[in-house]
Amino acid sequence: MDACCPVCPSAARRSSFDPRAVRRDFPVLQQTVRGRPLTYLDNAATTQKPSEVIQAVCQYYGTCNANVHRAFHFLAEEATRRYEEVRKSAAAWIGAGSPREIVFTRGTTEGVNLVAHAWARKFLKPGDAILLTEMEHHSNLIPWQLAAKAAGASLRFVPVLPDGTLDLDAFAAHLAAGGVRLAAVTQMSNVLGTVNPVRDLAAAAHKAGALVLVDGAQSVAHMPVSVRDLGCDFLAFSGHKMCGPTGIGVLYARADLLETMDPFLGGGEMIDRVGLEESTWAEIPHKFEAGTPNVSSAIGLGAAFDYLNRLGRDTLAAYERDLTRHAVAALRALPGVRVYGDAPERGGAVSFAVDGVHPHDLAQFLDGDGIAIRAGHLCCQPLMRRLGVPAVNRASLAFYNLEEEVARLADAVVRARAYFGHGP
Amino acid sequence: MDLDALYQEVILDHYRSPRHAGAVADAEVAAEEVNPSCGDHIRLAVEVKDDRIAGVRHESHGCAISTAAASMMSEFAVGRTPDEFRRTADAFVAMMRGEREWDSQGMEDVEALSGVRDFPMRIKCATMCWHAMKKALEKADR
Ligand SMILES: Cc1ncc(COP(=O)(O)O)c(C=O)c1O
Repeated sequence: MDACCPVCPSAARRSSFDPRAVRRDFPVLQQTVRGRPLTYLDNAATTQKPSEVIQAVCQYYGTCNANVHRAFHFLAEEATRRYEEVRKSAAAWIGAGSPREIVFTRGTTEGVNLVAHAWARKFLKPGDAILLTEMEHHSNLIPWQLAAKAAGASLRFVPVLPDGTLDLDAFAAHLAAGGVRLAAVTQMSNVLGTVNPVRDLAAAAHKAGALVLVDGAQSVAHMPVSVRDLGCDFLAFSGHKMCGPTGIGVLYARADLLETMDPFLGGGEMIDRVGLEESTWAEIPHKFEAGTPNVSSAIGLGAAFDYLNRLGRDTLAAYERDLTRHAVAALRALPGVRVYGDAPERGGAVSFAVDGVHPHDLAQFLDGDGIAIRAGHLCCQPLMRRLGVPAVNRASLAFYNLEEEVARLADAVVRARAYFGHGP
Repeated sequence: MDLDALYQEVILDHYRSPRHAGAVADAEVAAEEVNPSCGDHIRLAVEVKDDRIAGVRHESHGCAISTAAASMMSEFAVGRTPDEFRRTADAFVAMMRGEREWDSQGMEDVEALSGVRDFPMRIKCATMCWHAMKKALEKADR
């Protein structure tokens, strides 16, 4: 248990947080799977949704469905107002200076691709370099491979050390070698849980004349994040990983950068004056939101911000930190189990290997017990190569998970090992 | 869902002690196959003599299903002509995909893999080695 003194405010806050009560907000968690309570430990892939979010989406369709920014009737005004309110909430959620710096996307993947097209293809020159790390999700790797090829730029990579942290010396050396125009780094690894020191990395990158993009898919969902504090130039995250609906995400970008970037997709909404041969673009951020946006999901995301704000981000992060520590220790204590990564600061994605049991077999076995984990390369094939395995098991936690669910997982892992009887 | 219907004792036995398994050096590789969804990986070395498959060695890095399937496939392959193998491989893959009635084609242990059909995500685990072997035979033909 936490060594914090019983009267200090954080301990008091923590003890008042009741994950069992919170679980009642999540309809999905009330069900049984194959006669057992659902144990949902795949939160890094996507989190479950509280009733409030589900209802917000339904209520939008039931009361004010209309296309935004287009018509002058009552419904359109209401839909537009709500949609733009969420933009303000999103700016507040990540500490952005203005809602003009918030572009709605489908998710992290689209956010990164937007920058790779609208910024990188325009500004990168042959010989320039993009600095990435070996722990990036494919969605913060492939867009840069494509952009680098298109621009004649090169990619450089910061290695991952055995403890699951980045080789910060290598990061500095790559910058010192010159030519780096952009560093794109995940703030929290979806495999190792590692929280990278993004603020320091951003400061170093800026000193070397490079911009910084942060993949916030995991971090923004599980810890307080402020773009002002981090000093990053771009940050992308996904609504569905933080209790919001699928199909909505946010790209934060500094306003002055958005002004200079080319549009990403062309179409309705993103224009100012359209001629047959030439057109001009709408003000930012609308210049980057072509076509009818995912209004209902944006409104659901707004409800998710409200919901999480009410529970308290610090409270949730503190609870998840304790639960993660507990889960790592519980898994490490099992014979034949190896947990990957041991970063001092980490989130709730816990990847592990079970001696003699392939991840697919383990996930299948656990599924028989109603326990949902993820098995595979987790969209991080280069990191798998660094770890020397084709695939891992990953249990990933959210604030509605319980210690008893971790115990259920640990018990099932022990039984799986006996069942498969130490393979070849 | 019944886990034991997927992981039948015969499958677990092949998994724990795969037949015809062993390291395959780069120079010997006749075929290699990867399952992109899970990173599973098989390497095969094959020897064909007088139109008969005289020997197979597989190096499998995969789950219980894919390792057991490679073991069973190798047992079946040895002693067959490449044509016989190809016919059975095509029939097996079609059966696994549910495009064809199940019949064990005279392969004893392979019967145990029929349960995999109820787990669509795992079908590739059982068929990957058959594809790899067909590729290996094409190479041996040339
Ligand atoms: C670290 C990280 N980056 C990017 C993504 C991609 O997010 P999305 O699929 O929502 O675009 C994910 C999640 O899959 C992730 O974990």
